[in-house]
Amino acid sequence: MNTDASIHVESVTVDFPIYNANMRSIKNQFIYHGTGGRVGRGAGNRLTVRALDDVSVSLEHGDRVGIVGHNGAGKTTLLRVMAGVYEPVRGHVWRHGRTASLLNVSLGIDDVATGYENIMTRGLLLGLAPEEVEERTAEIAEFTELGDYLAMPAHTYSSGMRFRLGFAVCTCFEPEILLMDEWLSVGDRHFVEKARQRLEEFVERAGILVLASQNANLLKRVCTKGVLLDAGKVKATGPIGEVLESD
Amino acid sequence: MTEVASTPRLSQAALALFDLVEGARVTHLWGRLGWQDIRRRYRRSTLGPFWITISMGMLVGVLGTLYGGLFKVQATNYVPYLTLGFVIWTLVNGLITDGCTAFVGASNIIQQARLPLSVHVYRVVWRNLIIFFHNTLIFVVVAVVFSVWPGWTGLLAIPGMVLLCLNGVWVGMLLGAFAARFRDVPPIIASIVRIAFFVTPIIWMPELLPNRAVVPMNLNPFFHVLEVVRAPLLGEVPGAVSWLAMIGMTLFGVVLTFVVYIRYRWRIAYWV
Repeated sequence: MNTDASIHVESVTVDFPIYNANMRSIKNQFIYHGTGGRVGRGAGNRLTVRALDDVSVSLEHGDRVGIVGHNGAGKTTLLRVMAGVYEPVRGHVWRHGRTASLLNVSLGIDDVATGYENIMTRGLLLGLAPEEVEERTAEIAEFTELGDYLAMPAHTYSSGMRFRLGFAVCTCFEPEILLMDEWLSVGDRHFVEKARQRLEEFVERAGILVLASQNANLLKRVCTKGVLLDAGKVKATGPIGEVLESD
Repeated sequence: MTEVASTPRLSQAALALFDLVEGARVTHLWGRLGWQDIRRRYRRSTLGPFWITISMGMLVGVLGTLYGGLFKVQATNYVPYLTLGFVIWTLVNGLITDGCTAFVGASNIIQQARLPLSVHVYRVVWRNLIIFFHNTLIFVVVAVVFSVWPGWTGLLAIPGMVLLCLNGVWVGMLLGAFAARFRDVPPIIASIVRIAFFVTPIIWMPELLPNRAVVPMNLNPFFHVLEVVRAPLLGEVPGAVSWLAMIGMTLFGVVLTFVVYIRYRWRIAYWV
């Protein structure tokens, strides 16, 4: 196993194009070109929202980083940039290490498929080979404590049960980098404790954990470093306690 | 194993190529997702995906009788022709219309996990191939009933299918990206495909046209798409024009799509 996971985010800027119903239509683009810009004026000056503005973050192995910030500060976008989902408009991202992202609990969960089938699908979506998922299925099943429910279709699951499934699969293959968004908001207390233990084990193996959350207590317990985002900019970095206070 | 999650624009071509190749490599992923789509549609139904076969059988049975009488053609010739036409058209239609939703329909996956985007297109192609193979069972029945045996010529349908699928891939890539950016692409495409169905010889035979020059068949790309698979299975060799047209379309489409993909691949995650 590679021990030196790292993520380097270098002067990354992410703009979201905003296409309202008007702008997303060919008709408007056409009208715009046909009329020299008088009728479809909106099509020319495209509206964008700057989600991340010149953000630089360097994470080395062993870092447990909490991303803090108000709603809309760019936390999820930063996680997605780290996960490689969004390629930035400007700037670069280097990521080294096997990555698992738990950004959405219900990723790839098919309501009509059983828990077992969903374990396989989700594992494949995370980049595992089918044999790797099979090897780990028993362990994943045990960790979820869902028992017979795993043979039932996923539409019978509560959101907490879905979280158990998602979390168990994401963390089963010992990722070197784990990216999580607002985790544990739906797990029950028993499972949250169990999940926390697993995360701690993970962190001890010197991976990188990046966690976006509003929960200051949780961040203080799990993380060592903090990154404070405000309106897409990095406002503060440092030990988690200080960062939380500067918010 | 440093993975560069984003790089300067210079290497976009390499990234686009990697996306296509790596996507094709993870057969187990799109294979599974494609099957999942089919099973989701038929979960809890007793016959499951064989409903595809049955509804195709009913369609061909009714239309074969009706139009066979209308056009005054021999059922022995007409029904196998109509069956194959429908079966192949269903595939073509599915590849094009589902291709439009290849990326938009997978937005939750695209926004959560870093996967080659081409996976979603291969999934659509595979899903439609599964439907296609269910439908071909009807042709087998029809072929037995009307004792159609294409002989060795039938093997020409294999290169025909390969060309058809390659076109399905680039069409899915291109329309998928285009439809993610412009949301009224799917309805436009749907209406074009609907018209194409009537213009293309599927329920009618070119020989039935009173004046064959009226409709220049060779200008209709869909004619060639059908011809390279249908003709061999009926024991005829497709014309050289059809092969050339198919190869030309494939090359043109792949190059065009690749150029578009180099430029816009990284934007797709923002559009869906």
